[in-house]
Amino acid sequence: MKVEQISIFLENKSGRLAEVTGTLAKAGVNIRALSLADTADFGILRLIVNNTDRAKQVMKDSGFTVAKTEVIALEVPDSPGGLAGILATLDKAGINVEYMYAFVQRSGDNAIIIFRFDELDKATRILLDAGVRVLKAEEVYAL
Amino acid sequence: MIWNEEFETLPREALEALQLKRLRNLVDRVYTTVPFYRKKLEEKGYRPGDIRSLQDLSGLPFTTKIDLRDTYPFGLFAVPMERVVRIHASSGTTGKPVVVGYTRRDVDTWAELMARTLSCGGTTSSDVVQNAYGYGLFTGGLGGHYGAEKIGAAVIPVSGGNSKRQIMLMQDFGSTILLSTPSYALNLAEVMAEEGVDPSTLKLKCGLFGAEPWSEAMRKEIEKKLRISALDIYGLSEVIGPGVSSECLEEKHGLHIFEDHFLPEIIDPATGKTLPYGEAGELVFTTVTKEAFPVIRYRTRDISRLSVAPCACGRTHVRMERISGRTDDMLIIRGVNVFPSQIESVLIAVEGVEPHYQLIVTREESLDVLEVQVEVNESIFTDEVKGLEGLSRRVEREIKDLLGVSCKVKLVEPKTIQRSEGKAKRVIDMRKI
Repeated sequence: MKVEQISIFLENKSGRLAEVTGTLAKAGVNIRALSLADTADFGILRLIVNNTDRAKQVMKDSGFTVAKTEVIALEVPDSPGGLAGILATLDKAGINVEYMYAFVQRSGDNAIIIFRFDELDKATRILLDAGVRVLKAEEVYAL
Repeated sequence: MIWNEEFETLPREALEALQLKRLRNLVDRVYTTVPFYRKKLEEKGYRPGDIRSLQDLSGLPFTTKIDLRDTYPFGLFAVPMERVVRIHASSGTTGKPVVVGYTRRDVDTWAELMARTLSCGGTTSSDVVQNAYGYGLFTGGLGGHYGAEKIGAAVIPVSGGNSKRQIMLMQDFGSTILLSTPSYALNLAEVMAEEGVDPSTLKLKCGLFGAEPWSEAMRKEIEKKLRISALDIYGLSEVIGPGVSSECLEEKHGLHIFEDHFLPEIIDPATGKTLPYGEAGELVFTTVTKEAFPVIRYRTRDISRLSVAPCACGRTHVRMERISGRTDDMLIIRGVNVFPSQIESVLIAVEGVEPHYQLIVTREESLDVLEVQVEVNESIFTDEVKGLEGLSRRVEREIKDLLGVSCKVKLVEPKTIQRSEGKAKRVIDMRKI
């Protein structure tokens, strides 16, 4: 169920994002989803790609600091209250969302959202119990 | 193993009495024999016999590298040339070298001190000492040589360079003790690996490494690669050469200064004020037994701190911490002395790894601003903003606690800090004063 995501440390300097995407393009890596967390000094770029290991290697070779992190991908009903319901479930269970971001692709009529929790396994169990569809990793990479 | 049990384990009280007697003799001697010192002492209002306690040392004038240059070549010699039996010189960074002389007794003293140093590493008369310090004007080669001979060990005066031959000698002559710079020891390990020589087939057991600053990480690397114990030894030509201080095998923690011959002090390099034991500052030496080239309060520009904590080896002599930097690198930020090595120690403590960092000093509205740039490597990178920001805040807090100076930590990408010949430039001072 867990999806591998790569995170890249970026300084807030012009051209850095272009450098990352250019490097990945040259390596034939396709970006499935991304988010950028930024502060005044630095940013963390998080990516879901079709080939995590290759992406990690080419970024490392280009001198970036890279980490692999585990996240999960959920199907969220694309209608008012769809996300609110899921978040309410998590809140009730006392699970903290570290961050989340949406996928560009849809899965049928549903939106896909990537979540990072402090307690990933517990969160997955609770969501499954609540009837939320958690996407398999292969499904996500192939979207 | 202690070479001179009597003097190296002298109770502090007896040691200090001896130091006082020798200091008084030294100062009065240079007052009459060296015009340079006489003038400097008189400027301080000194009259022969004024030394009454060891505390009076802090009232004496300093001697600096510039003084040695100004009196080139023999202006500070305290004996007539007919009593000088040896002359050494160290490369001067600007033009003329620093010249030092030795009487017959000085050469004996030096051999005694190097015998003590070698004994710190367990050397006995049955050892084979491979001396890869350079022979010549540099004090390393002959200093080590005389010490090894005094112990009665078999010394191989191979000098530096020609690594393949060094390794052949180690194999064929069964060298047990290595004298060299730490970087040369690592070079030997690399050549051994290239040549397919397994260090565990050698008889080498200990290396005494000095003449350049090195780190604990480097010690571990040398010990692992050469399968020996690696000790830090310290000395400088201006004081005597190697043989000023040495680590012991028992603790490998701080270098015992041979205090019956050299009086160490730590001073604030900006104000010249003597600092108490435990505080970091510039190391200063007064040589109390040297005849031809004694120095009074010679400023080494090396940063260290002193400790009188008892040592497992039994020596009572004060220990100096491994040299952590040079005063040339010192920054004064809002009136506080800051050494890059102190910032480094905080980073190592917080992150557990030796990071690449750079200190940028600017002045905003007549206030100094210190920015510490730290390269984010994989071991400190976390995927979450709060993790990285937490790290920055922690380093800022620790630096504030240690130095009393506020700074801003900025995390930067790997390889953004400029390196020259593999070494990072630690300080960029952009203040226009």
